[in-house]
Amino acid sequence: MSGEVSLHVVPPAEETTKRTVEVESHHINFGPQHPAAHGVLRLILEMKGEVVERADPHIGLLHRGTEKLMEYKTYLQAMPYMDRLDYVSPMCMEHSWVLAVEKLLGIEEQVPERARWIRTMFAELTRIANHLLNITTYALDVGAITPSLWGFEQREYLIEFYEQVGGSHYHVNYFRAGGVHKDLPAGLTDKIEKWAAQFPKFLDELEGLLTENRIFKQRTVDIGVMSAEQAMAWGFSGPCIRASGCAWDLRKSQPYEMYGQLDFDVPVGVHGDCYDRYLVRMQEMRQSLRIVHQCLERMKPGPIKVLDNKIAPPPRGEMKRSMESLIHHFKLYTEGYHVPEGATYTVTEAPKGEFGVYMVADGTNRPYRVKIRAPGFAHLQAMETLSKGHMLADAVSIIGSLDIVFGEIDR
Amino acid sequence: MTLAELGAAIAEAAGPAVQEAFVERGQELVLRVTRQGLLPVLTLLRDDPRLSFEQLMDLCGMDWPERAERFEVVYNLLSLQHNRRIRVLVATDEATPVPSVMEIWPAASWYEREAWDMYGIVFEGQPDLRRLLTDYGFEGHPLRKDFPLTGHVEVRYDEARKQVVYEPVSLTQDFRNFDFLSPWEGMTTLPGDEKVHLTREARGQIESAPEGPKA
Repeated sequence: MSGEVSLHVVPPAEETTKRTVEVESHHINFGPQHPAAHGVLRLILEMKGEVVERADPHIGLLHRGTEKLMEYKTYLQAMPYMDRLDYVSPMCMEHSWVLAVEKLLGIEEQVPERARWIRTMFAELTRIANHLLNITTYALDVGAITPSLWGFEQREYLIEFYEQVGGSHYHVNYFRAGGVHKDLPAGLTDKIEKWAAQFPKFLDELEGLLTENRIFKQRTVDIGVMSAEQAMAWGFSGPCIRASGCAWDLRKSQPYEMYGQLDFDVPVGVHGDCYDRYLVRMQEMRQSLRIVHQCLERMKPGPIKVLDNKIAPPPRGEMKRSMESLIHHFKLYTEGYHVPEGATYTVTEAPKGEFGVYMVADGTNRPYRVKIRAPGFAHLQAMETLSKGHMLADAVSIIGSLDIVFGEIDR
Repeated sequence: MTLAELGAAIAEAAGPAVQEAFVERGQELVLRVTRQGLLPVLTLLRDDPRLSFEQLMDLCGMDWPERAERFEVVYNLLSLQHNRRIRVLVATDEATPVPSVMEIWPAASWYEREAWDMYGIVFEGQPDLRRLLTDYGFEGHPLRKDFPLTGHVEVRYDEARKQVVYEPVSLTQDFRNFDFLSPWEGMTTLPGDEKVHLTREARGQIESAPEGPKA
């Protein structure tokens, strides 16, 4: 054998010095790998005994530069990134995006009615799926395991509906500027109806497990109280601001899509504590179910995307016969459509709160700037205000009640 | 009260601090204000009972490298009471700080940290101007237009050294920026070309079909 023998030189270990430092408070590094951190939250807690003095969330561990990436993609190519923001409610994320693009394109009025019913219905199914995940894992955080086992079964049905329309369980990429990608497959509405018929019974059972549960109430009532004024100042939205007593729901106050024509109620809390946030979500699922029923009832057959082939691709059959269609298809999927210059801040009531897209278009086929306004970002920011003076275990309840998902917070 | 009237009323109440008030696409009211006038205008927007924008929903940076003052800070406000939204824009450059609005809305804190992290916009009076979303020890401001999409460093776990190491980015394939401007359409008028001109005419995009080829 020839050649050199490689030598691993181990550097001498640094000298360690021992020091004794006396501190009154101590720090706890909560996360980023902790099941109750709901993802990759690193929370630096300054504790005095068992009591939280300061809480400093370190976020960004899931930062993927979504906004930067979108500046380099066409409007159509940027869509799938939306699914990956709040990955427990993908279609609601897509919703803000398509509404913003439609606004800038000026085609809001041209979107066919069926597409809008489909989008409304799936937004509500998504809301149920989101709340199912949140409530059950929140219960898991405070010690109840059964809700999550039951809840995930129901969530599975919803995710299968996703799969039927978009081919994927989570990252469906189903909504499009100008409608939806494809029409509902045959028989899906019957399946949704069948599911919707059995769902109230499940909700009753879930409520039976939690609402009057002594342990659950001990862990959540009067924990992390937010007054209405505080909630406004901290930029709260969605169930979190409603739990604090503000009857504010974008579906009612600034109706978009079909919400103006629908009949539903907005549940509002009183105390603004963790328990009220749970109650609001629980009631919202019942209201969403009402909306789903109404959508199914009022949905009629018809086109599912705008007919303008400069924005929506031509039908596949036509492409076999028409050169024009083939070129349109090619241009759409390479160059994409150009969006006229302008800016919009478009919001929807996502399951977690106000989900906004601030989009600046410069007339090219790619957005100049996209800012994603994630509701969880504002909620998590108030972590210190919410948890100050509470016990360490209460911090876990608070995180659970805020419905934190890092995909949207870190973007 | 229409949005344009509201904008005019705010501009009148706030004085010269408001440089411009316009309504974007007839739907969104936008104010452009001076840096000095930012805090008084935002305080007015929050505290005047006719306006009462209680919530700062979003704050973000923007980069316009070709402008004299390249950065812009965008405030998206919401009034729950009047069910209205407004957008406030203020311009700045790399060195000039923008007054922090933390005192008006505590929610601004993280948004300002994010704008600092992403663009390097400095906020005066913000006590906690740490990076928020990027890695510990990150250098640069990634959302600036002159920051490369791929970044400068990449991370991997080094088995030999048993630790995570940072290395300069090496791309196996260059990032391709396609030129989408297609010169074909309209270069000559061939049989069938009138189809595209006719459909465009029908949609009112051009006044008349273009002339035939020149010389």
